[in-house]
Amino acid sequence: MTLPSFDAASDPGSDFARLVRQQGTEPFPPAEGISANEITHGTTCVAVRYSDGVVMAGDRRATAGNLISHRSIEKVFAADRHSAVAIAGAAGPAVEMVRLFQLQLEHYEKVEGSPLSLEGKANQLGQMLRSNLPAAMSGLAVVPIFAGYDLGRQTGRLFEYDITGGRYEEADYAATGSGSLHAETVIKVGYRRDMTADEAIELLAESLFQAADADSATGGADTLRGIYPIMATMSNDGFERVADDVVGAKFAEIADRFAANHRSEDV
Amino acid sequence: MTTPFYVAPEQMMKDRADYARKGIARGRSLIAMSYENGVFICAENPSSTLHKVSEIYDRIGFAGVGKYNEFDQLRIAGIRHADLKGFTYSREDVEARSLANNYAQMLGQTFTHEMKPMEVEILVAEITDTPGEEQLFHILYDGTVMDETDYVVLGGDSDAISERVAATFSQSMSASAALEVARNALAGDDRTLADADLEVAMLDRTRGRRTFTRIADGELQNL
Repeated sequence: MTLPSFDAASDPGSDFARLVRQQGTEPFPPAEGISANEITHGTTCVAVRYSDGVVMAGDRRATAGNLISHRSIEKVFAADRHSAVAIAGAAGPAVEMVRLFQLQLEHYEKVEGSPLSLEGKANQLGQMLRSNLPAAMSGLAVVPIFAGYDLGRQTGRLFEYDITGGRYEEADYAATGSGSLHAETVIKVGYRRDMTADEAIELLAESLFQAADADSATGGADTLRGIYPIMATMSNDGFERVADDVVGAKFAEIADRFAANHRSEDV
Repeated sequence: MTTPFYVAPEQMMKDRADYARKGIARGRSLIAMSYENGVFICAENPSSTLHKVSEIYDRIGFAGVGKYNEFDQLRIAGIRHADLKGFTYSREDVEARSLANNYAQMLGQTFTHEMKPMEVEILVAEITDTPGEEQLFHILYDGTVMDETDYVVLGGDSDAISERVAATFSQSMSASAALEVARNALAGDDRTLADADLEVAMLDRTRGRRTFTRIADGELQNL
């Protein structure tokens, strides 16, 4: 690899995706005729605002048609120090999109000498989704949520997307993936604006528990293998992954409470 | 048709080298040295927004002296090279040695083929997890590469500054000790440099994936 150099007209500036394209590596080539059953899909991810920022969570299951293809896939990624992106949809393009997105944020920060605003990051992700539209129309849809702590406004913010790159800011909570209907209902019922991080983590655990209970493509806590949904908080202190034993303990409490009320011998 | 005057190649190269050296000597200097957590870089730079030292990749830093627009162009080319390479292969495949060679090619090419050589001297620094494995690549305007492990001085009055660093440098200094060595060496005997005259950054292996950190003037006293 040699040093990339450009004349003034073709210089990609701080845009990494454009740089990649100009070097001949198209990030999202259009695809056709792919059956949804043949490729791996990731599902339910949720995020809520709490008093000091946002919490994001995603289950660990990936499916291909009716089969479970991975039990410990990661769908929640730190985008940079103060934001994260969670993905649902075709796992291959989704993970590649996250990788490109993470690099774009870092690349911009290094070239320009200062980071993008949170709003700028959210728009950037929307543009990447729009460039993936041809692939989405042929079955490789990616639907992320983006959340982060806005250092300028001193608050947590949430963004939902659709496959066309449409960007929708949500005030309180966001969800994506096949289990999102159930997960979002649980959050809607239990949501309070002044939740602490711990209460928000509990609410998200409950939402994924109920989604996994009703949706076969969503995995809850896999206690047999010790695999738990990934959760992370974003506040003024930055992105912080919630430890597995904290998440595991929440799921154990929920499961005990659930079992106490739903054992079939009580019917 | 007019015949161009014959200029001996030796003379042409010498003229270009003199031109580049004069440009570089007008600017202020910069010191990079190994310290306990990696590489400590200190430049004499009264501007707090136009940087001489910056981040290239997780463990790689860049510094330049001379003409700002020329070394800034090299800095951006380096970031592009590193990010593209990390995207195509993996993060661990991005190394300072390959980047330094690429810079040397580009500077050498410009020096021999263009009208005007680049009036810059640059540094590519890299750290690993192990103390003592710091690499400092010092690249000159004509593409000459030198690699150092302890310290390197770029620009201006580099011979005199090098002597002053050599007299006070020791292995595994703390950041604050490194700052004093750099400050005194840059200032010399007959002047003093305030915090606002310095630009300080480090490659600090204790800081996780992205090791590059810039220390603002106001935070220098807390080092």
